[in-house]
Amino acid sequence: MISFHAPEQDSSRFRWRVLVAGVFALVCFLLLASRFYYLQVQKFDYFHTRAEDNRIALLPIVPNRGTIVDRNGVVLARNYAAYTLEITPARTNGLEETIEALNQVVPIDARDRRRFRKLLEESRSFESVPIRNRLSDEEVARFVAQRYRFPGVDVQARLFRDYPLGASASHVVGYIGRINQRDLERIEERDDAANYRGSDHIGKSGLELSYEAELHGTTGFEQVEVNAGGRAVRRLSSTPAVTGSDLELNLDMELQKIAETAFGDRRGALVAIDPSTGGVLALVSAPSFDPNLFVDGISTQDWKGLNDSPDHPLLNRAIYSAYPPGSTFKPFMALAGLTTGKRTPSQAIADPGYFNFAGHRFMDDKIGGHGTVDLHKSIVVSCNTYYYQLANDLGIDGIANFMSQLGLGSRTELDLPGEAEGVLPSPAWKRKRFRKPEQQRWYGGDTISVGIGQGYNAYTPLQMANATAALVNGGKVFRPHLVRHVIDSRTGEKRVVEPEPVREIALKPEHVAAVRRAMVEVNKVGTGSRAFAGAPYESGGKTGTAQVYSLKGSKYVEGRVRERLRDHSWFIAYAPADKPKIALAVLVENGGFGSQSAAPIARQVIDYHLLGKRPNQPAPEDVDAVENAD
Amino acid sequence: MSDNRFHPLRLLQAFLRPIDPVLMLILAALFGYAFVLMSSASPERLDSQMTHMAVAVGVMWFAAWLPSQRLLSLALPLYLAGVVLLVGVALFGEVSKGAQRWLDIGVTRIQPSELMKIAMPLMLAWFFQQREGRIGWREFIFAGLLLAVPVGLIVKQPDLGTSLLVAAAGFYVIFFAGLTWKLIVPVAVVGIVGIGSIVAFGDTLCQPGVEWVGMRDYQKHRVCTLLDPTQDPLGKGFHIIQSTIAIGSGGLMGKGWMDGTQTHLSFLPERHTDFIFAVLAEEFGLFGALVLLVIYLALFARGFLIAARAPTLGTRLLAGAVTMIFFTYAFVNMGMVSGILPVVGVPLPFISYGGTALVTLSLGVGILMSVHRSRLVNKT
Repeated sequence: MISFHAPEQDSSRFRWRVLVAGVFALVCFLLLASRFYYLQVQKFDYFHTRAEDNRIALLPIVPNRGTIVDRNGVVLARNYAAYTLEITPARTNGLEETIEALNQVVPIDARDRRRFRKLLEESRSFESVPIRNRLSDEEVARFVAQRYRFPGVDVQARLFRDYPLGASASHVVGYIGRINQRDLERIEERDDAANYRGSDHIGKSGLELSYEAELHGTTGFEQVEVNAGGRAVRRLSSTPAVTGSDLELNLDMELQKIAETAFGDRRGALVAIDPSTGGVLALVSAPSFDPNLFVDGISTQDWKGLNDSPDHPLLNRAIYSAYPPGSTFKPFMALAGLTTGKRTPSQAIADPGYFNFAGHRFMDDKIGGHGTVDLHKSIVVSCNTYYYQLANDLGIDGIANFMSQLGLGSRTELDLPGEAEGVLPSPAWKRKRFRKPEQQRWYGGDTISVGIGQGYNAYTPLQMANATAALVNGGKVFRPHLVRHVIDSRTGEKRVVEPEPVREIALKPEHVAAVRRAMVEVNKVGTGSRAFAGAPYESGGKTGTAQVYSLKGSKYVEGRVRERLRDHSWFIAYAPADKPKIALAVLVENGGFGSQSAAPIARQVIDYHLLGKRPNQPAPEDVDAVENAD
Repeated sequence: MSDNRFHPLRLLQAFLRPIDPVLMLILAALFGYAFVLMSSASPERLDSQMTHMAVAVGVMWFAAWLPSQRLLSLALPLYLAGVVLLVGVALFGEVSKGAQRWLDIGVTRIQPSELMKIAMPLMLAWFFQQREGRIGWREFIFAGLLLAVPVGLIVKQPDLGTSLLVAAAGFYVIFFAGLTWKLIVPVAVVGIVGIGSIVAFGDTLCQPGVEWVGMRDYQKHRVCTLLDPTQDPLGKGFHIIQSTIAIGSGGLMGKGWMDGTQTHLSFLPERHTDFIFAVLAEEFGLFGALVLLVIYLALFARGFLIAARAPTLGTRLLAGAVTMIFFTYAFVNMGMVSGILPVVGVPLPFISYGGTALVTLSLGVGILMSVHRSRLVNKT
């Protein structure tokens, strides 16, 4: 029990307690000091990094996308700055009310709203999402005056992609669109994610897709010091963005437009190639579409219109659709016969109008036959019997070997995405293609049909054009390319896109000359002569008709067949005859005979290319071309 | 003779007489440090803080000038007034941020719990002095009751931080008055074991469903946040995380005055008030922090020396308690900012921005000076 104490005793006990308290305070302070030592010395590196992470943010600077121009500088794809109205949902007082009130100031239609909803789902609430694009100056002024009413809404200047020529060459140029999940995965795979920070758009098709890496450019970065609220306070350093490279095409837009006009409202494709370089001068797939529709995200209505159309405007027929080549196959067969030694130019056959094979009679178009037929005549009159026999002599492997060298039945590796392989038939192909054993077997009769360009073989207009180019240039097979130069935006340096042939077929010049002579004759007196009547230059060509539907047993009467069941019309050509500057393939779907629809289109294109002549109307259909058809 | 009386030098001498030069020097060092830190952390508040300092020095001078026995005689009225005001707060107080702490007396709002920080040790020192020579267990029980009433009222508000500080202030007097170790040691052991087990089983105890007996949710939350600041990275945890980053990234010599990135980029919350120590540690490093610790230790040493030499029981208890209050403020604040104690609203003594705490603490310094002077008076 604590009881009475003398003051002196009290005082000394108090001093003891003061000492205890003092020691306690000292120990506590040593604890603090050791804590500081731990944080500031032992864990310094860790906290130093944490503090740096805290304060430095990298803000991307999005590069301008490269432009695309044709060989003469005509712009196919460019950028322009416009104002967008953007909403940061997290900063608004109610999204619906904001949009409603905004609509009173700047019209926002149902389409804008739908697109906004879609974008909203893909974004986070603190990101700014565009609701209206391309505001007029007046709209910008109206909004700015009332901005105080709209927290979380802002006007931003952004660059938009623009395709000034609209539907012209749209299958070549393609389009860009907003980066979606699949694009993101692809970007991750390429290990390119950093370069796409801040980018909204990416190439989706055409050159915009295949040259994405060149067009996009390099994203710049600004190192900024940010405060706890994430607001940039000070710029520490900045690495400017590098504008994407520009593309200069081999394409001649004037030629392209003339070819497009020549098609009128017909469906089909045209590929024109410079045979000395492999450069693509024109690449048409008709009908076409306006790529501008895709840039901001295509509306459901527009998408349905394009996607559900029986004409399939989104389909790139020039590189994706493969058709039996019909008689346009014959010049290549003739060359194969000469090169393999199975035929000489002078060797002739007597054509009775049919070819018997294994108990089956393969008919010629001309009843009674063409009489005596040598190689030259076989092409000019398009004699089936000659090629039935030649196919039989070459055998399917002989045909396949030669044609594959020309690039038929395999991708040409054109610098566009989405090319089809086509079909170069062979026993191996048939085994792979079919499941049932009896279907898998290769029959001799199959070979006979292939010989005249019917049967299983099917090639894209691009393959036909490229093979024609290789034929007329004496066997140089190029990888065709749309882009001629990639122009570095920093140095202005032009990088040439591979003019070297990927393969040279060992052809004898006299063999090539024999075939070319026959093709020139086709355009003089043969099936191409009506289309090329009066041309001030010499050209070579070959018509072809790809059977869509065979009416067994009865003579083919075109008028009775519904339009979609009409044969496809083919034409391959080159000009001028002595020193070819252009080689092309034209296909008109359901265009009937080659001489009827395809050849007149070729005429207009070659006329412009050699003479600068502009027809400015669709190529006429030669309704009388029925006679002497191939 | 009469001429001499009004001689300016003599006037100055008379004015300076209550001042203890040692304490004044320490206080000047702290104010100097505060000035340097405030001009980095919150220069716009520099002027008003200097006003606070001037007022604080005035209050200090007045307390120092007042004889210590006179000070003690103010204890009962101050204490009673404080309790009445606290009851008033409970009945008519203004509610702000979920707590009822302020009383509107027309002219201004006052926070009676702040007054209690000084009234409490004064009251107990006075009480023990009254019972000098007759202090037994009854006195300790009565002292405990005197302490429990205001502390209970402050806990009710609720204001955990202030109630702990007031309880500590009262406890120091009782401790210095000679409370038996037989009581202190077991309570200390229970306390340490209790805190230890909270730390050890924090994960389980901090599960959302678990209710803590006698504690409000926010109090539990504070303790749990201390145990694992990452649990609440954007709330209270954010403060601790950012202040430890500030301290740790300061390193040995600091980032330099005005160059603290945590401070200047607003990552540091309340950088001019409760978390100003983090500014110091970031900009002046371990070196700057240790300098502050040394200044504080000098303050305590001087305080304890004054207490040990004090002539009467009341002044001894008062001086000892006031010194321990300084220590408590400093330790709790720095412990909280460096992440070893829960986040409770305690300013860094003499450094943090704010008038009320500065006045209260300077009053404490004045009391020490007064006690120091009473010894000299007794001697002469």
